[in-house]
Amino acid sequence: MTRKISIEINGRLAEGEVEPRLLLADFIRDVAGLTGTHLGCEHGVCGACTVQLDGRPVRSCLMFAVQAHGHRVATVEGMAPDGDTLSTLQQAFHESHALQCGFCTPGILMSMEAFLREEPDPSPASIRAALAGNLCRCTGYQNIVTAVRLAADRMQSS
Amino acid sequence: MRGTTATIGHVDLNGIGSSPLRKEDWPLLRGEGTFVADFKRPGMVHAFVVRSPFAHARFTRIDSGEVQSAPGVIDVITAADLPDRGRPIPTRMFKDEGANRYLQRPLADGVARYSGEPVAVVIADSRYRAEDAAERLHIDYEPLEVVLDPDEAVAAGAPLLQPETGTNVAGRLELNLGDIEEAFSQADLVVEDEFRIQRHAAVPLETRGLLAEYDQTTETVTVWGAAKIPHVNKKILLHMLGWSDERRVRLVELHVGGGFGARGEFYPEDYLIPLAAIRTGRPVAWAEDREENLRATNHSREQVHRAALALKKDGTFLGLKDSFINNTGAYVRTHGMTVPGLSISMLPGPYRWPAYHGEYRSVVTNKTPAGTYRSPGRFEVNFVRERLVDMAARRLGLDPLEIRRRNLLSKTSFPFDTGTLFDEHPVVYDSGDYELLLEKAMASFDYEGLKRWRHEAPAGGLLRGLGTAYFVEKAGPAEREYARVELNSSGDVLVFTGTASVGQGVETVLAQVCASHLGLPYERVKVVHGDTAIIPEGMGAFGSRASMLGGAAVMQASRELRRRLLDAAAEELEAGPEDLILTSGGVSVAGAPSRAVSLEKLLSAHDGVLKVEDRFVCELLGFPYGVHFAAVEVDPETGSVHVHRYAVAYDIGRVINPTLVQGQIVGGLAQGIGGALLEEFAYDAGGQPLAASFMDYLLPTAEEVPYVEMLITEDAASPLNPLGVKGAGEAGTAGVGAAIANAVSDALGQDIRQLPLNPQRVMELARA
Amino acid sequence: MKPAPFEYDDPQTVAEALDLLARYGDECKLLAGGQSLVPLMNFRLARPGRLIDINRIDSLSGIKRDDGMLVIGAMTRHSAVEHSTEVAGGWPLLTEAVGWVGHGQIRNRGTVGGSVAHADPAAELPAAFAALDATFRVQAKRASRLIGWEQFFVSEFTTALAPDELVVAVEVPRPQPGVGAAFVEYARRHGDFALGGAAVTIKLDAGGHCEAVSIALLSAGPAPVRATSAESMLRGAIVDQASIRAAAVEATRGLRPTADLHGSTEYRLRLLQTMTQRALIKAAERAKATP
Ligand SMILES: Cc1cc2nc3c(=O)[nH]c(=O)nc-3n(C[C@H](O)[C@H](O)[C@H](O)COP(=O)(O)OP(=O)(O)OC[C@H]3O[C@@H](n4cnc5c(N)ncnc54)[C@H](O)[C@@H]3O)c2cc1C
Ligand code: FES
Ligand code: FES
Repeated sequence: MTRKISIEINGRLAEGEVEPRLLLADFIRDVAGLTGTHLGCEHGVCGACTVQLDGRPVRSCLMFAVQAHGHRVATVEGMAPDGDTLSTLQQAFHESHALQCGFCTPGILMSMEAFLREEPDPSPASIRAALAGNLCRCTGYQNIVTAVRLAADRMQSS
Repeated sequence: MRGTTATIGHVDLNGIGSSPLRKEDWPLLRGEGTFVADFKRPGMVHAFVVRSPFAHARFTRIDSGEVQSAPGVIDVITAADLPDRGRPIPTRMFKDEGANRYLQRPLADGVARYSGEPVAVVIADSRYRAEDAAERLHIDYEPLEVVLDPDEAVAAGAPLLQPETGTNVAGRLELNLGDIEEAFSQADLVVEDEFRIQRHAAVPLETRGLLAEYDQTTETVTVWGAAKIPHVNKKILLHMLGWSDERRVRLVELHVGGGFGARGEFYPEDYLIPLAAIRTGRPVAWAEDREENLRATNHSREQVHRAALALKKDGTFLGLKDSFINNTGAYVRTHGMTVPGLSISMLPGPYRWPAYHGEYRSVVTNKTPAGTYRSPGRFEVNFVRERLVDMAARRLGLDPLEIRRRNLLSKTSFPFDTGTLFDEHPVVYDSGDYELLLEKAMASFDYEGLKRWRHEAPAGGLLRGLGTAYFVEKAGPAEREYARVELNSSGDVLVFTGTASVGQGVETVLAQVCASHLGLPYERVKVVHGDTAIIPEGMGAFGSRASMLGGAAVMQASRELRRRLLDAAAEELEAGPEDLILTSGGVSVAGAPSRAVSLEKLLSAHDGVLKVEDRFVCELLGFPYGVHFAAVEVDPETGSVHVHRYAVAYDIGRVINPTLVQGQIVGGLAQGIGGALLEEFAYDAGGQPLAASFMDYLLPTAEEVPYVEMLITEDAASPLNPLGVKGAGEAGTAGVGAAIANAVSDALGQDIRQLPLNPQRVMELARA
Repeated sequence: MKPAPFEYDDPQTVAEALDLLARYGDECKLLAGGQSLVPLMNFRLARPGRLIDINRIDSLSGIKRDDGMLVIGAMTRHSAVEHSTEVAGGWPLLTEAVGWVGHGQIRNRGTVGGSVAHADPAAELPAAFAALDATFRVQAKRASRLIGWEQFFVSEFTTALAPDELVVAVEVPRPQPGVGAAFVEYARRHGDFALGGAAVTIKLDAGGHCEAVSIALLSAGPAPVRATSAESMLRGAIVDQASIRAAAVEATRGLRPTADLHGSTEYRLRLLQTMTQRALIKAAERAKATP
């Protein structure tokens, strides 16, 4: 049995007729065609699939698409204001060399963007604590901490 | 040394040594990257690899009838369906005739030898349905006795993985330098022990994946998702398919989510997925899931060493002995012999040894096959050697850095032929000033201050310890690399390289090298890599080679392009080439901007594009070197190890991009922390992997990785390449097991002999 | 790692959910935050034929006070508990405990009801509820009942719930004034399930004697454990290093925590002792600091 669902992703409605077992991550990637949301473990640990559901970061590999029907989802593709600019956080990642292969990056951006909304002036220690829900195998995290702090500075001064 | 040589000094290195923003970042930050699972082709279908649930089992019948009739199923492939029942996948380095008896075939045929070995491939219209169908496959497994431990594998009466060979020893080597008996007979002190390094692995965050498509009219197959060594794998795939026409196979690299040695080697799926595309005539996609990844992609590092160090009372080293067993898992894979080979050749490290005796046996067991992982062989042997050195220092009452200093090779020793071999190439340390780096590190990281910290009494019953590790790295294997630089009349530059990107920033680095040597802006340079159809040859990205060999080739091609352009302009403008200025618009005479010629005009003789190819060749490797400092606090009541400070000093000859080098070091260090404290592929007695998910295979998070202090020096340029660089990819990892183990030993007053330092092991030692 | 197929319902009310449960019983599973169930389904270690998703039942979530008691709706997310001033004010043990559950992203979805129904012996909330003597409100179409934590947690991943029953809320009695509480655990990484941990509440009299104490342990056996004999040892005694140490030893007597690749039974026993000791010290300090 399939269901018709519609999910608001980055401000646009994405619709589909899906099996209940279809993971939200697969809906976002394969039905809505937004492949910036990655799958790194499919059991909730790595954080590569993190998206914001009604503004809060969640694992899209641990939800079924049918559950997001009628909800708002934000993914990495919705972050930058336009095709020529990066968001403050993305720009800080770029300048701080906070990514290498970039596979973890979308999930980390989704987590950290929400984190900075909750905690606009975080210490390095609290950035690390918040970051612990996302795995990165390349960077050793140091530059990510720097980038988040840089973004916090810029957001506060603007 | 054979091949191209050049000197540094007269070239303009402007631009090299700076850290422009990375070329790679933009799409990755915006979610617009194309990793292989993001790549789609019309009509594509999905493969699921069915794997043996047993570590060792015989089977006679695979009944796929029910699978064939399951909804959405397009094809099922078993060993019986493969031409020649599947050819063995060859090794690609450290070739060893004996080891060839243990190569892996693409699908298990009658016997499965590790949990996770592919036995069949199901192709269906969705991944979900392929998994559904796979559950209907019936195989009459009959479990066999397993052998897991390296010592058990060589014991008399051990179950044999390939009974016809009569042994589990796939390869062995013995190396004697100097008179080891004599050295040990003269010793005032001998320290010896057994050291174990646990099985762990690269585990890139993106799992492997492929998409293959067959074109029936041209009879060619294209495979997207290649990584690390596309050109090498193209040859292997041709061999596996039994094809000879090179044009029939094209491998294309997309974005790659980390490699670290494991990703990009030729695995069974690298044959099976193209084969499925050929059989079905449909584009076939395969994305490894994490459960598969932890059982199927190369493991690494599992070794047991029995080693001894002989020395004089004053701390002078006399000799080093080591006999080790390397557990290569169920089959010898592409890099199966590389790890023990590197271990034995790199064990001597940065010290003077009157005598060295090394020997290994590399054994097969019923575990996932092994290969290389960042700093292969060195993470392991650095742990062994640097532990022995600390044990000796403690017995002699010497400062651990002082005993090291007394034995470091002096700066007049270079080039220094160690007498060992790397894949038949002599290991000759190209350049170095080991003592200078040690001095600089001690000053920069305030060794005296660290020692004071070490002796302060911390709160809450914590124990403090300090540990160091000195090591030599190696960089730049596979002695050649290809580059082509093309300039068009609008001033855009294309660099084609035979290296590959695994996320490390190779596009940025090669663009910097090109910009510096061509003399055109970095922004105008675009780097193209990883497509065997447009790049004729290449050796890829591994062993910290991309910037070293790839960079040298790009540099030479860029310089040659500049020379030709300026020569042409000089003729046109009737001026000396040294008086000319090149910009993206054209060439003009210095001080006389009106005397100019456009690129368009200059390139008209070349159809608007000037192309220069170069092949950089260098038989020898580069040997960067470094030292790690770890300061830890151990909680004896929980067994936890908290890294209070961590510092890395590293000399890589010349730095092309300091920010990227630092990124490599911190990233490598995080992996080293995993290896030292967290990551372990444990198995139960029946050979079932216990760490088969990310809940149990513990990658370090931001909370476990310390802030890393770094000192990057350029005191010993490599004479082997015109840039003077030595690759920088592995230093962060190389010394972590050793430095952390030494620090914890210091804190506990107990000798660490085994990694990882998990809380149980640490608590047991604290109570001993 | 894709789940097997299943039928799916997402009722809007408790009554509808109970109807479905009554109808399908064993064949179905409730889907709350999905943070435990969905990973199992992705590995195909769980393959329920039907899921009853209770995320759309608004009445199941919320934190309120009822006659001094804290009532947490089953679908209340971990993060709501974490950030609740109500909880922090009266039941700080819960605030401290819930902060140890996984990561922020997990706590944004995971629910209190799911945590108790899943009954992982390493989970934080069941142990905290044990220390606080919580009771679970359970409904089925046929009847409703209250189950005390002791009867509720039966064994590893096993509770007293019948297949047609739904946890609707957790009731937590108000701790006495002056109680100090502490939740302490040790895990291999930030956010991992604990290798051992302790949830403690303690009340001291003016002379430093223990008036009341509760000690609950996690990862100590198949279900949360209350260290009752250690509690009685402490009650009435002067709370100092020696009595705390003795109580910690007593607390782990006779326990057999399950060994796995992260720690042997013996290691876990030692760790539990340490955790108990540290929790008692911290709770006693807090008790002294509370007026
Ligand atoms: C990476 C990761 C780390 C985690 N770390 C921790 C940790 O450190 N500590 C910890 O405690 N947990 C941890 N969890 C688990 C998490 O806390 C879960 O949310 C929780 O255990 C289950 O809650 P849930 O709402 O997600 O339940 P679900 O997964 O939806 O359900 C779990 C089970 O409970 C049943 N159920 C759910 N609600 C009810 C109800 N109201 N009545 C009856 N039955 C019900 C379901 O049918 C199912 O069998 C972690 C999870 C992940 C993915
Ligand atoms: S893919 Fe969802 S957490 Fe790893
Ligand atoms: S940048 Fe590669 S995993 Fe984070």
